[in-house]
Amino acid sequence: MTDGGSPPSLVAARAVTVRIGPHELLSRVDVAVGRGEIVSLIGPNGAGKTTLLRALLGVLEPTEGAIWRAQGLVVGYVPQRFHLDPVLPLTVERFLTVRLAPPRGALDAALAEVGAAQLRRAPMHELSGGEFQRALLARALLRRPDLLMLDEPGQGLDFSGQLELYRLIEQIRDRHGCGVLLVSHDLHIVMAATDRVVCLNRHVCCSGLPEAVSRHPEYMALFGPGAAAGLAVYAHAHDHAHDLAGEVVPQDTPAATVAEDAPPAEGARHAG
Amino acid sequence: MLDDFLVRAVLGGIGVAALAGPLGCFVVWRRMAFFGHALAHSALLGIALGALLAVDLNLATVAICLVFAIALVLLQRQPALSTDTILGILAHVALALGLVALSFLEWLRVDLMAYLFGDVLAVTRADLIWIWGGGAVALAALVWLWPALLCITVNEELAQAEGVEVGRVQLGFVLVMALAVAIGMKIVGILLIVSLLVIPPAAARHLARTPEQMAALAALIGVLSVIFGVGGSLRWDTPAGPTIVLASAALFLLAMALGPMLRPARPAPSPRARDPGQGSSPAA
Repeated sequence: MTDGGSPPSLVAARAVTVRIGPHELLSRVDVAVGRGEIVSLIGPNGAGKTTLLRALLGVLEPTEGAIWRAQGLVVGYVPQRFHLDPVLPLTVERFLTVRLAPPRGALDAALAEVGAAQLRRAPMHELSGGEFQRALLARALLRRPDLLMLDEPGQGLDFSGQLELYRLIEQIRDRHGCGVLLVSHDLHIVMAATDRVVCLNRHVCCSGLPEAVSRHPEYMALFGPGAAAGLAVYAHAHDHAHDLAGEVVPQDTPAATVAEDAPPAEGARHAG
Repeated sequence: MLDDFLVRAVLGGIGVAALAGPLGCFVVWRRMAFFGHALAHSALLGIALGALLAVDLNLATVAICLVFAIALVLLQRQPALSTDTILGILAHVALALGLVALSFLEWLRVDLMAYLFGDVLAVTRADLIWIWGGGAVALAALVWLWPALLCITVNEELAQAEGVEVGRVQLGFVLVMALAVAIGMKIVGILLIVSLLVIPPAAARHLARTPEQMAALAALIGVLSVIFGVGGSLRWDTPAGPTIVLASAALFLLAMALGPMLRPARPAPSPRARDPGQGSSPAA
């Protein structure tokens, strides 16, 4: 983290517009992710989150505007949880080595880092939701990424599973200093782990620190006051977990405690 | 030795089965059996055109299959109709065209039955060159495409994000498949060629733990099917192509029964990982 200014960018979209036929999927979107920064991209279904992600990945050419990527940028991409047909026999180990040839030590280290060392020989299609996400994350880590891009990593996980996963992502950021761009439609938990939020609904509705977003009227209109209140609870926990610049996370405020004390609905009521 | 039609039959069959096994794994993984059928139907048109133009029939079949494969890939890119429907249209139009074209060729004796159901006992030396030469090319291409193709099969978005040229790899795969269908037709025929692409991999699935194991086992099961099929056809005086398919079906049932017994005991399903970052319990 640089003090004062924003961290040096790894990837940036500048006034990116994407049109497919008559439909404008993205309209003059600006977004940037810096080294060591966790950026959460949130928005309702159909807001163009995945489209923006694909543009940032370089898979989709914007109709207008530009995508800037740091030279030699290595992206570790974690796709949305996908169905793997059991007709394809694939162990976790083999999944991690498809198109990659990591040394054995690196493979074990990546699995250990995501807490999945014991899954090395397990078939992919027998993994639980959380285990599957860990395997995806381990594969992304094997590429030694400067930037992690995760598409709805919390999807299909229960509340505590999501918190664990976000905590893990945070630890990875702390350890490797990589940037993180995390796409989510779920605000409650994203807020607890993120440095900066970009709220997207075809255009960037608002962008800034978690608290700022939760008070923004456009955001309130999208998700309702309840979401904002729930957010406030987690933003509070977030304040205790690390400062707004994303500095070191004290280990004594585990997010899991928050989970037990304040499940989302209750939290919302509590704050309201 | 190659003078013996039986030896030629078995050699031809082995060549086709060794290619169809690994290739068929992707057909099974990517649910492309119908695509294979459509290609096989277009082969009949190739034979008819080859006869009309007095070109080598093997060559004409390969050419038409390749053209058809490309046409199918291009048509699939337009979103109005589902792939299923497009294949349904093209497959049967190709078949009908082939049959109509053949009807104009009555002065030329084309043994339709041999093409529909294969005639493995009529494999010539020239056929063997086609099968082994074409098969080697197709297999080499498949090995070359393997990592990227496997990555796409696991997850297309992931492959794309990691820099795989998805469109090109898919086109490459389809061309390999067209080549394999064209050269494999002679053995089991247009109507049954897809069974050699599907049944051995399906049998191998019960015994394999990795994609590569499945491909190797599928090749082996295919080769055994050919040997048992040709042997059975001799013994019971049954048509060779269908007997090969029945042999592979028997091996499939056997593999299905053996699978659970051979499979190494799976470690107990791990509890939802509790503590990220600390998890390093010794792997079994």
